Amino acid sequence: MYDKGKIIPGLIVFVGLVTFPIWYGFGRGGKLPVPEKPTIAKQCVLPTAEMRKSHMVLLNEWRDDIVRQNGTRHGQTADGTEYVRSLQKGCMKCHASKKKFCDECHTYASVKPYCWDCHIQPKEAN
Amino acid sequence: MDNSRRKFLKIAGLSAIAGIGAPTAFNSLLKGEVQASTTGEAAAESGEAAATTGKRYGFLIDNRKFAEDKDLAQRCINACHSIHNVPDFGNKKDEIKWIWVESFEHAFPEHSQYKRSEELESLPVMTLCNHCDNPPCVRACPTKATFKNQANGIVMMDFHRCIGCRFCMAACPYGARSFNWRDPRPFIKHENPEFPTRMRGVVEKCTMCPERLAEGKEPACVEAARPSGAMVFGDLNDPDSEISRILKEKFTIQRKPALGTHPSIFYII
Repeated sequence: MYDKGKIIPGLIVFVGLVTFPIWYGFGRGGKLPVPEKPTIAKQCVLPTAEMRKSHMVLLNEWRDDIVRQNGTRHGQTADGTEYVRSLQKGCMKCHASKKKFCDECHTYASVKPYCWDCHIQPKEAN
Repeated sequence: MDNSRRKFLKIAGLSAIAGIGAPTAFNSLLKGEVQASTTGEAAAESGEAAATTGKRYGFLIDNRKFAEDKDLAQRCINACHSIHNVPDFGNKKDEIKWIWVESFEHAFPEHSQYKRSEELESLPVMTLCNHCDNPPCVRACPTKATFKNQANGIVMMDFHRCIGCRFCMAACPYGARSFNWRDPRPFIKHENPEFPTRMRGVVEKCTMCPERLAEGKEPACVEAARPSGAMVFGDLNDPDSEISRILKEKFTIQRKPALGTHPSIFYII
């Protein structure tokens, strides 16, 4: 191979630069989000894992069911607690702080849902 | 060799034409399906099909009561607009209205205005979305953000889905739809935390309070007018409902009936 002396160090530098974000961030992923759990209820409408993964799908299902299919506006959790299938009248009654619950993960994951362009968030107690 | 190549090309060409042409020909032969879709559209156009099943909510508005009590109309408007977080921009150009007062002349332009009594000229006509049985706004909406709820006759809106094209506003012959030219949030005096607001670029209108109907309550305007009986709400398809009984007895008129939209709102003048 010609120019072995330039190519191999060059490759090493290149790979090092390309993988820079991986090894730079290794071991310091930042503080994990800790959304505040409500104190007034023990169980959410679905198991935590499902809520974590697909709460946005659930919200869309509620909306389409109620607005378009004349679906019920009330539901029951597995332990029999009644809830309202509504963001403002349901979710936020337990998860009373948008800042400490929603934003905690949304900021971490850098997602910007547009819920609050229209829906009114609960008054923050501070 | 030459001959067979010539043959091969001929056959290949013919089969290519047949392959492309066959599905088209086959599809055009599916006459049954074509006919079914056109009859379906014809039924929808007449606007009668939906009314035969389920409920059809409507209003009866007694304008004599609104003429007697001048503040009544404003009370109804306030009740509706405060519950639904309707902004007040303070100018006509940006105005958002779910329920509003119109002059007789503007509400009923099809009626002759010649030699009108003075009483009629000053009559406040309570107007809101007509929740038509054949709603032109629904046909105009490209995203199905506004649609006819077949179970109760409400012309409903899903604000999430509105892209703000305003086709519905052009289509509505009653001016029942308003567009949020600006962010409405700062112009809502008292927010109702139980109901969402809208955002800039969304059309809004009266939704007949489905959130209240679900709780067994009447629409907010009807409740505000309740002691006077100026507004009656009920199922037009139920012959025993209060509204049906009054409609059978009294002479009522509708806004622009000649357009064939079949409004669900009736007026006693």
